Amino acid sequence: MVEHLHSDGEEPCVTLDAFLEQSNATAVRLEPDEDARALIPYLDRLKLIEVAFPAFRDGRGYSSARILREAGFTGELRAQGDVLVDQIAYMKRCGFDSFAPEKALNPADVEAALTRWPQHYQTAADGAVPIWKLRHG
Amino acid sequence: MKLLTGNDLKSGAVIWWTGADWSIHIEDAVDVDEQGEAILAVEEAARRVNAPYIIAGEMTPDGPRPAHIKDRIRALGPTVRPDLTLKPADPTAGDWVI
Amino acid sequence: MYQYDEYDQAMVEARVAEFSDQVRRRLAGEITEDQFKPLRLMNGLYLQLHAYMLRVAVPYGTLDSRQMRMLAHIARKYDRDYGHFTTRQNIQYNWIKLEDAPAILADLASVEMHAIQTSGNCIRNISSDQWAGAAADEITDPRPWAELLRQWSSFHPEFSYLPRKFKIAVIAADEDRAAMRLHDIGIQIVEKDGQHGAAFYVGGGMGRTPMIAPLIKDFVPLEDLLSYTEACLRVYNRYGRRDNIYKARIKILIHELGADEYRRQVEEEFVHVKSLGIDPPKAEFDRIAAQFAMPPLDASAPDAIDRSDPDFALWVDRQVAAHKMPGHAIVNISLKPVGGIPGDASSAQIDLMADLAERYSHDELRVTHAQNIVLPHVRKADLYAIWQKLDEAGLATPNLDLISDIIACPGLDYCSLANARSIPVAQKIATRFADLDRQKELGELKLKISGCINACGHHHAGHIGILGVDRKGTENYQLLLGGSGAEDVSLGTITGPGFDEDGIVDAIERVTDKYLAERAEGERFLDTYRRVGMAPFKEAIYG
Repeated sequence: MVEHLHSDGEEPCVTLDAFLEQSNATAVRLEPDEDARALIPYLDRLKLIEVAFPAFRDGRGYSSARILREAGFTGELRAQGDVLVDQIAYMKRCGFDSFAPEKALNPADVEAALTRWPQHYQTAADGAVPIWKLRHG
Repeated sequence: MKLLTGNDLKSGAVIWWTGADWSIHIEDAVDVDEQGEAILAVEEAARRVNAPYIIAGEMTPDGPRPAHIKDRIRALGPTVRPDLTLKPADPTAGDWVI
Repeated sequence: MYQYDEYDQAMVEARVAEFSDQVRRRLAGEITEDQFKPLRLMNGLYLQLHAYMLRVAVPYGTLDSRQMRMLAHIARKYDRDYGHFTTRQNIQYNWIKLEDAPAILADLASVEMHAIQTSGNCIRNISSDQWAGAAADEITDPRPWAELLRQWSSFHPEFSYLPRKFKIAVIAADEDRAAMRLHDIGIQIVEKDGQHGAAFYVGGGMGRTPMIAPLIKDFVPLEDLLSYTEACLRVYNRYGRRDNIYKARIKILIHELGADEYRRQVEEEFVHVKSLGIDPPKAEFDRIAAQFAMPPLDASAPDAIDRSDPDFALWVDRQVAAHKMPGHAIVNISLKPVGGIPGDASSAQIDLMADLAERYSHDELRVTHAQNIVLPHVRKADLYAIWQKLDEAGLATPNLDLISDIIACPGLDYCSLANARSIPVAQKIATRFADLDRQKELGELKLKISGCINACGHHHAGHIGILGVDRKGTENYQLLLGGSGAEDVSLGTITGPGFDEDGIVDAIERVTDKYLAERAEGERFLDTYRRVGMAPFKEAIYG
């Protein structure tokens, strides 16, 4: 699961406001109340977008992630903050490909959570083929 | 008096702090006075109780009685199903709640 | 009715495994109660007044006899020999042990049932018309659409941590038997130019700020149903309030934005979402719809009913509704015996209803939002035999939609959120009006009781509503008049100062007396109230 956890020693993220005020940064941090769509014009020069989860119950970051992936973002999409093992399977489906939990997760639990679901009912941002499509070939 | 109550983590049963342990019978409850928060923290961390909280009560000849009707119903059981309360044989048990 | 395939079965089994692991981690202390709570809630497990409570989903209220028997089995094996049917077509068990919950979910999964998303800030069980597929007045069976929504909403990765719970109802008749416009999204399948489409009403709800959902879109093509719903949800997930739990429902967002602005945002989102290909092809709808095909009913079944037994005739007149198919009927089983607990049924009663469904109703039952049970496909020739068996089991009370057919939440007898008891009030009212002739004289009168402002007992939507409040540590009951959850939807108005438990029963009697004195020919209580207004009733109540 190491590839899902981010490594240190990278360029620090700037805030959305700082980024939009003419920044050359390639890494930006998005708070729950910030509009992911503001980043759409710049996606091709961004390497990393970090989506903040200050509290695990605040689910706005799931929509932010999907919006960014649906707009074609191919860089690293990181969930940071109150990221718990029972949420990361949903996060992955919404397009997150790295996780920076405030409290370290048990790797065995992470593995179990990410391999729990054999299939999925819906189309999301992870490219999984939904069950309805499997049913009809 | 102040009573410490909560639910058993595994069974969900309503329980009362007896001074040394937990009991499903409010008659066993003790006045936790100012110790409630400290006991609560220790017991919750040890998972001997779930969702504990401290309530006001008074000592009566029949034993401790919570000040609020909600906790009196918790202590007895549903008033509309006397057979499922802790005192199924006592037809007047519901009066204690009101 | 819908049968799981290997995919559906694998999903519920994965959920059982997931929840078993979560329970294990909780009992081992690896996660806190704060972290565990949303996980158990998403599996319908509450910590209630006396124990854990498990809410089991009955999707769109439809189940077969095997599933019904499993509900009885769970009541016997893990609970205290009874269950409580709820206003969202689910069933609740009041005495569940956390350590038993994984085994219960496994038992449910063995009969294609679950407790998925029956609580928590996610998309809840999809509700529907309890007469779907049988009602003479529907334009189509709404349940295939409800099933499509069930699958789409199950484990939805984006919408599992919404600002607040989210309830969807789907109907397909002009008569609204599901309180559709009091849901977060109410969908009515409608017909226009020979085509079926979906009318979307969004932002209704009860609770402390009741609102009737405004029409957001009058005709969504059915091939866009999921895309449009997803767009509605995405706008809500992004902009619904998260600063105040009491203002977090979608109704508040729409109220603050205005229906026009919300609609504009949804339409904009929809254009984008539609491009993502999230709507299944028609073949998938057809696959689902085929499973809801009308059972093979005999159109030449005799239409006559032998009414020579007067008690039976009384029951037929009250509890039996028109079926699409000649010679057939819809049987409504009352779970409201006078003096009983609204919505409660013992294991033995649940088993009996399962037996009747298997033998007489093509193996189908329904749960209604009014906390009753329906046998949807019954031959009229079998009605007498059914009635006899129901009567023996205390299930033949002929009071559908009468004053004693009371919706009541569990109230302070069971619920940790409640401020006052609901059930004893329901029992006292039903007892006061026990005389059936008197009830019939009063006619359709929907009485609904909630034990707190959260309005699980739909008090805002009662022709007569009762709201239990806590007044300085004692139970107090406010009276509301003029609500309706049906197609003539409206919200009740509080009459004035509240009453104690006996006082509220007296007040209701003064209201019904006033109605009898004021009513014009053919008027229901609600019609009279709407015509004469609150003043005469207030005068009658408070003098």
